[in-house]
Amino acid sequence: MAMFEGYQFFIISGALAIPAIIMGIKEVPIKHYTLAVSIFMAILAMKDNHTAIGYLILYLFIEVIIMKSFLKIQKCKGKSKYIYYLFMILSVLPLVIYKIGGFANLSIFGFMGISYMTFKTVQIIIEIFDGLITEVDIVDTCIFLIFFPSILCGPIDRSRRFIGELNTVKSRDDYIKSLGDALLEILTGIVYKKVLGGLLLLAGTQYAYVYGLYLFFDFAGYSLMAVGMGRIYGISLPANFKAPFISVDMKDFWNRWHISLSTWFRDYLFSRILKDVMKKKWFNSDRVLQACVCMIVNMTVMGIWHGLEPHFILYGLYHGVLLALTEAYQKKSKFYKTHKKETWYKNLSMFVTFNLVMFGFYLFSGQLLA
Amino acid sequence: MNKSVKERVFDILVEICDEEIVREDIDINLLDEELMDSLDYTDLIIRLEEEFDIVISPSEYTREESDTPAKIIGIVEAGLQK
Repeated sequence: MAMFEGYQFFIISGALAIPAIIMGIKEVPIKHYTLAVSIFMAILAMKDNHTAIGYLILYLFIEVIIMKSFLKIQKCKGKSKYIYYLFMILSVLPLVIYKIGGFANLSIFGFMGISYMTFKTVQIIIEIFDGLITEVDIVDTCIFLIFFPSILCGPIDRSRRFIGELNTVKSRDDYIKSLGDALLEILTGIVYKKVLGGLLLLAGTQYAYVYGLYLFFDFAGYSLMAVGMGRIYGISLPANFKAPFISVDMKDFWNRWHISLSTWFRDYLFSRILKDVMKKKWFNSDRVLQACVCMIVNMTVMGIWHGLEPHFILYGLYHGVLLALTEAYQKKSKFYKTHKKETWYKNLSMFVTFNLVMFGFYLFSGQLLA
Repeated sequence: MNKSVKERVFDILVEICDEEIVREDIDINLLDEELMDSLDYTDLIIRLEEEFDIVISPSEYTREESDTPAKIIGIVEAGLQK
């Protein structure tokens, strides 16, 4: 059984939703049921690959030990950047091993959702260092990592938000209201992914524009279903898309496309390297130049996260350079400042952005370098 | 030097947003009004940390929790009490 694919998934997840809905309406905590369902779904999705299930268990075990040890060491010895970086590397190591092993056709740590789970574990390590997370509860953390609606491809939630909501029982009225939203999201998601995505697939994704639209309907459809499914278990996963094809510039695009990914990179990579660069007064304290360099680094890492193949790295670099050019242009151009609010300018800018985005998807598809 | 916390936050916000309006409307939404982007937000955090000798993590507050001058003043006050 694949997640969000085929009748089997929808029948099973539909049946498993019934007890959750009854608990939600009766204002009974759903947390432990959520854990049981998430374990069951993970096993079902990987039932033909026992090694993958073994790796998932091993991964959870290792990551929880990493988090708890880091917390304990920091409590005893105080903050140390070296220890922080060491634990950060340890936390990302399984993903790195998995990705590198891929080149040799090995599947070490190959289990459903490792790429997305790594965002969550790294976020916890960073926030332990920042002093925002002061305890790691094993059950809560495991539910956060393997929550089945978002295990495969996100949306990428944040642990403090997720765990806070996990331990709160919604009022009957709030739960019923969110159930209505859930139903609409799941149905819209099915239409996006199965109907519109399916039609575009038939039209032929070798054409860049069709491929770009297909990516949107497929992934936005999946994300809507995941968010809707999450609500049934009382969890409000973050939204992933907000009409990305009407973006007026590349910065606007990344506020509308795969939002949980771009905001993760914004909060845990971009802002932090920019903060360091600004404090160390690098690049002669030229704020625009500092921002541009950080944007290129940030997006290139985003590209590498998608995969170590050259076309993914190129995709990240392309978006980094575009964001940097956008930033430099908007901060320095008088023409932009004079005309940015005029309709003709906005329409032209939207048209250019749309085409740049589509070319990005063409790079992402790997056809250019094939 | 005896400016209030509020005044000092306003001074920084006016510099970053380049608009006096942030001083006049304490509940103006800095993101919706396009007065502050991701870069400005990071710049804001650094300046607040230096001005008030506090530490603010870039992920400590969501954008919705820090999108008006009033909320930012609240964040600084919370930081000063730590």
